[in-house]
Amino acid sequence: MLELREVRKTFNPGTINEKRALQGVSLTLADGDFVTVIGGNGAGKSTLLNAVAGVWPVDSGTITIDGIDVTRLPEHKRAQYIGRVFQDPMMGTAATMQIEENLALAARRGRSRGLKAGITAKERSEYRELLRILDLGLEDRLTAKVGLLSGGQRQALTLLMASLVKPKLLLLDEHTAALDPKTAAKVLDATEKIVQRDNLTTLMITHNMRDAIAHGNRLIMMYEGRVAVDVSGEEKKNLTVEQLLSLFSQASGSDEADDKLLLG
Amino acid sequence: MDFLLSFFNSLPGALGQGLAWGVMAIGVYITYRILDVADLTVDGSLATGGAVAALGITLGLNPWVALLLAVISGMLAGLVTGLLHTACGIPAILSGILTQLALYSINLRIMAIGSGASTKATLALSVDKQSLLLSSRYIREVSFRNPLLLLLVLTAAVIAVLYWFFGTELGCSLRATGANPSMARAQGINTNFAKVLGLVVSNGLVALSGGLLAQYQGSATVDMGRGAIVIGLAAVIIGEVLLGKVFINFALKLLSAIIGAIIYYVVITLVLRLGLESTDLKLLTALVVAVFLTIPYWKGRYFTKTVRKEGVRNA
Repeated sequence: MLELREVRKTFNPGTINEKRALQGVSLTLADGDFVTVIGGNGAGKSTLLNAVAGVWPVDSGTITIDGIDVTRLPEHKRAQYIGRVFQDPMMGTAATMQIEENLALAARRGRSRGLKAGITAKERSEYRELLRILDLGLEDRLTAKVGLLSGGQRQALTLLMASLVKPKLLLLDEHTAALDPKTAAKVLDATEKIVQRDNLTTLMITHNMRDAIAHGNRLIMMYEGRVAVDVSGEEKKNLTVEQLLSLFSQASGSDEADDKLLLG
Repeated sequence: MDFLLSFFNSLPGALGQGLAWGVMAIGVYITYRILDVADLTVDGSLATGGAVAALGITLGLNPWVALLLAVISGMLAGLVTGLLHTACGIPAILSGILTQLALYSINLRIMAIGSGASTKATLALSVDKQSLLLSSRYIREVSFRNPLLLLLVLTAAVIAVLYWFFGTELGCSLRATGANPSMARAQGINTNFAKVLGLVVSNGLVALSGGLLAQYQGSATVDMGRGAIVIGLAAVIIGEVLLGKVFINFALKLLSAIIGAIIYYVVITLVLRLGLESTDLKLLTALVVAVFLTIPYWKGRYFTKTVRKEGVRNA
């Protein structure tokens, strides 16, 4: 479903702030893979997701989604294949627009936007039903401005928006990191439900090793702009945090990174 | 008593000016509030609209056709600013300044077309010699010639069309672009296209206002748009400060920009009656905008009740 081949990206090349964020990442996701991504600060996790989403062009390498080479496609064109939830709850929704307007925008992802109504009565009742499933009491607040919602509600809404038009690929960039533990668990639970229901191919970055082990069928760990560890199948199912740490030490050739990884 | 009488006497004029500038204020609302871009093209495109409309009428075109051409010329100006910003990567404010500056030369050329001269700074219109859509001469007349009638109908039509447009898929994508560009792109919206389209629509309206003003006051001049952006901002901000809490609906928000423009001209009329020179108006306008922009900022910064932080004590 997703294939990255030797993808490289350097920020601020030739300056004192040069950062080689991706140093030849190759990764292939099968249809329906739910991959969790972990790694310390600056390991290249978010850069990897942004490269796939097309936030900026990569320096070299190719990115293919479902057989389509998207390496040179701008961000808004790739959006037809990709659903995204960001770390910052403010990023995924338009605060000054209503809940139903945000959903209607998401319902038109990948379609051309003309002079038809921006939202129809039929859609409104559909959205009410979908929000009821989310169980956050949003179904009666369709016309409320999204800016009035809590961080957790906004993330849940963004998740719903990302999956409203079934994406070929779901990108979750530490989408529970800014939430309190209880809300984070709720949003993660909703994520699991949606991914299972639609059998979505998913890349989920998390800072929490237990979450990384508990969710998905495959786990990758990034280190210095590369995929350092890649476990799947039975091995992934039986993984413990201790094993994960030792795997990481082997891959990076250092034990010092343990703390950095856990804290990062 | 004399003062009050002369003030009330000049109110219809203020209303006419306010309505004509109100169309321009709606254009500013689209860029400043919806797209979140301060577009300085308007100082130039207002004069372009005036110049094109006046030229068309002078050359004997139907005044509606001349007004339509004025709108198109403004849209082209917006297109240039939009392309400078999106295709050439120039910051929005600078793009607007560049277009505005270039339009100064272009406007001088436009007004000279067909006159034999190479440039011209003024193009006079007369309701006696030409067929104009409106003229300030009839502002106190109770008849269909009264310019307020046409201005009210046009304003209502502009609000109605924009209300419809910003409810369409395309209009919603413009609003999303202004509200949160990264979210808009993630939902497949071409934010560059949306910005260009917004600038085109906005400057079309500004030029419409210029075309109306040229007929209303009986001339187009090359500097009729000087400071227009600040007047437009003043109208938008006055409308928001006074009516923002009551007018929630989008059409009413556009209306509040019009009302803001009218209030602005009533205040201007008042201070002129109090003895200020019309050349002092630019200073006054700048002060009004500065004060109205400062109020909400200071309110938020200095006059909010401090929330007690419970956690700090326990930490």
